[in-house]
Amino acid sequence: MHGLINRSIQCFLRDTYGEALWRDVLGRAHLPPEGFEAMLHYPDPLTDAMIDAAAARLGKPRAALLEDLGAYLVTREPLRRLMRFGGTDYGEFLLSLEELQGRGLMALPDLDLPEIRLTAATAGRFLLQVRAKVAGWGPVLAGLLRAMADDYGALAIIELQQDAGGHAQLQVSLHETQFYQGRQFDLASPVVAQ
Amino acid sequence: MIAAGPDGAGRGGSGGDDGRQGTAVPLAPEVLGRLMPMFLWLGRDGRIRAAGPTLRKIVGAGPLTGDPFDAHFLLGRAPAAPGLATEGLVRRGRLHLSLRANPAAVLRGQAAALGPAGGHGVLLNLTFGIGLAEAVRDFGLTEADFAPSDLAMELLYLREAKDAVLAELKALNQRLETARRVAEAEALTDPLTGLANRRALEAALTQEVAALARGGAPFAVAHLDLDHFKAVNDTLGHAAGDHVLTRVATVLRAETRRGDVVARVGGDEFVLLLRANLDPARLTALGSRIIARLEEPCVFQGNSCRISGSIGIVLSASYPVPDPDRMLADADAALYGAKRGGRGRCTVVLPPGQGAAPDVGV
Repeated sequence: MHGLINRSIQCFLRDTYGEALWRDVLGRAHLPPEGFEAMLHYPDPLTDAMIDAAAARLGKPRAALLEDLGAYLVTREPLRRLMRFGGTDYGEFLLSLEELQGRGLMALPDLDLPEIRLTAATAGRFLLQVRAKVAGWGPVLAGLLRAMADDYGALAIIELQQDAGGHAQLQVSLHETQFYQGRQFDLASPVVAQ
Repeated sequence: MIAAGPDGAGRGGSGGDDGRQGTAVPLAPEVLGRLMPMFLWLGRDGRIRAAGPTLRKIVGAGPLTGDPFDAHFLLGRAPAAPGLATEGLVRRGRLHLSLRANPAAVLRGQAAALGPAGGHGVLLNLTFGIGLAEAVRDFGLTEADFAPSDLAMELLYLREAKDAVLAELKALNQRLETARRVAEAEALTDPLTGLANRRALEAALTQEVAALARGGAPFAVAHLDLDHFKAVNDTLGHAAGDHVLTRVATVLRAETRRGDVVARVGGDEFVLLLRANLDPARLTALGSRIIARLEEPCVFQGNSCRISGSIGIVLSASYPVPDPDRMLADADAALYGAKRGGRGRCTVVLPPGQGAAPDVGV
């Protein structure tokens, strides 16, 4: 697994539940004692072990934890901005998710993001099929899509389902692309102090 | 209406041909503006006939229609030659323009002739090129200012993704560098006393010898061996021994200078690399001072620990070509000479021709 993904989960757990919980997860899941580095690679089982340990420690279903992770990702400004490059409104953003894998590869040639296929788009209804090498992307994307709807100011209902082949799929009912004022997105990147 | 055929031989502009079957593409400026938001249509007279919405936005001087081209644009960074024929723009191939109102903004593009023999002027399509991100910031551009076919959004996305990745890499490098420094310091430090260890001493000595060969300053090596330390260790225990060693380190640090190296090279053996005050009399005085301070009684858990020390000192000036191992061996020999002469002594081996070595007891 790409370290960027493991480190995102690490930051999510630490920022949301505190250092003590993170230390506990480190021990329970036998993770590298110094945690994960974003630009290194780690064996896939470590990621599952980390998520399982956190879910067990928090007494939370795994899927619920992963949905919270998806929502957390949108609170990271650089990532939120990269997502907002997907389109000017939430509808365009949903369509751009077919490019998610490609955009990930454009940023990091070894980043293995899930493949998302838009299988149906009728008036206000979108069906997104998620294909990935590891399980768990469905709930992460569900949380992320909900948070992005808020970000765009759209009124949408996102349901996580399974298709006939057992793959995760997301059904999005978009009732209003501009239900309220979304968050600001300036195309010009904010000036960051070096 | 602009109309151009595939061979550049447009037929529009004169009216009456809208319904005609042909290969010309009839385009209203508003439609063209959606496809090419930075187009500029110049008449044969060099005056602006229409401009795309994004270009109007960045020039910021109203609709532009009817204004001369060179009222707003520079060719490269210079004003266009007066009376520049629009054909001249076409012949130039790749164009570099800048804005009179904002010369920092550079535009890139090309011009194509419109109509038979350029009768309808020229059409320019412009873009920002490498200055895209700055232009977006300076002119407050949004996604709507770019054509969907333009790769501008991907370029901006890539730039931000790259910045985020670089920030992560920078942080990783910082953490690795810190870890490397800590590991290096640990590898060169005696954990009990915090003094340099044998490895650090050897590295410093090798460096010093090499520097001397290049014309660097002379130096001295002092070898100190504690006397009666074993007795303290055996009777009062290792904790007392450690306490004594820590105190010895404090004394040695206090008696040496910043540029000197103080190393613990064995159980109760220490080596000093001294870089200043190399006069034999002063070295002897230094050795005596150290021994005197080591002999001051120190109390550990109610027990008095009494030790002393013997020191042998050699100078780099004694050797035509100093060798670290040879110097250490000679300092060791001088130290045992001092021990044989009665403990608590300091022996300085003088360079040849400087008389007998003083052997000073305390």
